[in-house]
Amino acid sequence: MAENVAVVGRETRRRVRVRLFGDRVFNLVTLGLAAIVLILLFALAIALIVDAMPAIRKFGFSFLVTSDWDPVNDLYGALPFIYGTAVSSAIALAIAVPLSLGVALCLSEMAPDWLSRRLGFLVDLLAAIPSVVYGLWAIFVLGPWLRDYVESFLGTYLGFLPIFAGPKVAVGMFSAGVVLAIMVIPYISSVCTDVFRVVPPTQREAALALGATKWEMVRMAVLPYGLSGIIGAIILGLGRALGETIAVAMVIGNSPQISASLFAPAATLASVIANEFAEATSDLYVSSLIALGLVLLGLGIVLNVIARLLVAAVARQRFDSSR
Amino acid sequence: MADKLVTRHLNAYFNQTRAVKDINLTFPEGKVTAIIGPSGCGKSTMVRCLNRMHEVVPGAHADGEVLLDGENIYDSAVDPVQVRRRIGMVFQKPTPFPTMSIEDNVAAGLTLNSAGISRAERNRIVEKSLRQAALWDEVKDHLRRPGGSLSGGQQQRLCVARALAVEPEVLLMDEPCSALDPISTARIEELLLELKSNYTIVIVTHNMQQAARTSDYTAFLYQGDLIEFGETNQIFTNPKRRETEDYITGRFG
Repeated sequence: MAENVAVVGRETRRRVRVRLFGDRVFNLVTLGLAAIVLILLFALAIALIVDAMPAIRKFGFSFLVTSDWDPVNDLYGALPFIYGTAVSSAIALAIAVPLSLGVALCLSEMAPDWLSRRLGFLVDLLAAIPSVVYGLWAIFVLGPWLRDYVESFLGTYLGFLPIFAGPKVAVGMFSAGVVLAIMVIPYISSVCTDVFRVVPPTQREAALALGATKWEMVRMAVLPYGLSGIIGAIILGLGRALGETIAVAMVIGNSPQISASLFAPAATLASVIANEFAEATSDLYVSSLIALGLVLLGLGIVLNVIARLLVAAVARQRFDSSR
Repeated sequence: MADKLVTRHLNAYFNQTRAVKDINLTFPEGKVTAIIGPSGCGKSTMVRCLNRMHEVVPGAHADGEVLLDGENIYDSAVDPVQVRRRIGMVFQKPTPFPTMSIEDNVAAGLTLNSAGISRAERNRIVEKSLRQAALWDEVKDHLRRPGGSLSGGQQQRLCVARALAVEPEVLLMDEPCSALDPISTARIEELLLELKSNYTIVIVTHNMQQAARTSDYTAFLYQGDLIEFGETNQIFTNPKRRETEDYITGRFG
């Protein structure tokens, strides 16, 4: 009897050891895979910094705040592109956020289930269209249409504002912003739809039982509950808009200038890199383009950090009992 | 004694399933009526028909009549939103709005009913409602804290205050104590006794002691049917129906 127990004990110990060994291998493998992502990010950042060094050394901080982009005289400043990126993304969000919230509320609150699923699928399909196709469509259809109807309307009635003054052209900041808006709508709206769908039914019922109409219920229960998710969705959309390259390069006009009018051609960090890296002949030119890439990467990181902080702040405000 | 709320041939369905069957009940004004019965007998569903909350669930509908002061709330000309402003409801789980402060939670319904309410009037109603719900003394010094920061029992009383703030005529309570500890339960029950002079109250409970302690009338539901209705005293001491007796003596359910 005692012998048997000892045998079983030895056998079990061996098995446990094998299992522990397996766990350790699994841990190491997953840790390694996770580390690869980090290593890649750092390697990328270091490579960008190293290659951007000539431009950084030559121009220093003024690279960020000067607006000359003159390859002939080897003078480079990033400001027009930072401005272009910021303004085109701002236009995109100004259009896409209200539209996406509307789409998401329609899908989660209004439409019956069978319709909501089909519509949601169609909206998601918008995200599957390659950006070069958006660019082509924008050049041949959307841009001219915007010029003939929207821009001329804005120019006629709001032309006293500098942003809507000046010649109307099919390619420019405004067209780029509208294309970007259409491209980010599926991202913002599908995240918001999911956010609204997880608002507990008890919250909706609490509002309805107080005598809220559907819209009052949305305002009272759904939107506040989903606020951190909505912020997250907007930041996701902004991230897409900042980095979008080909569609913007095709439709923004590619002119490194800062003009008051939204209708004027402009350029973004991403679009100028895509347009000019092939023809960059001098080392300083290449280095300056890479420095633009570094700015874009930094912008993305800063944005993500801000998003995290915002979402955390909203969550804290909700559950903090010590205030 | 006026009949505040009357149901006539009330049926409630989830898709094709009939969960509440041909209920004829009368809820007298200024009294507490308890609805008892085993889990799944349709008591919550029945009560949710009384302020047209049943139809909010996808696939659910009701037919028959529910008369509020003699007027059928299921009439096609009646707006359910208006019905719910007159018939308030407290749910099984506390449902404060987590992003709103205690004060804003109580005032939530006020912003719906009267657009232009003065600050002073608002404060007065908030205080009055919190006092009625026996929560004022506990929260008066931190009305700006989020509603979600309160304990479960406090949250439920906050929901009672929120329902009372809009001054409904009828208060429906759907197992309001099932998620609460005995002390919080006792406070809610005291509350019922205080409130019934001003409100007609319907309380769903599967706690028979609670029904016996708090209510004037009791209805026993079983599998969607109304088995027996009468004065609480009579139901618990001298039930007419065999099923009622079996249930309240604990032989089933």
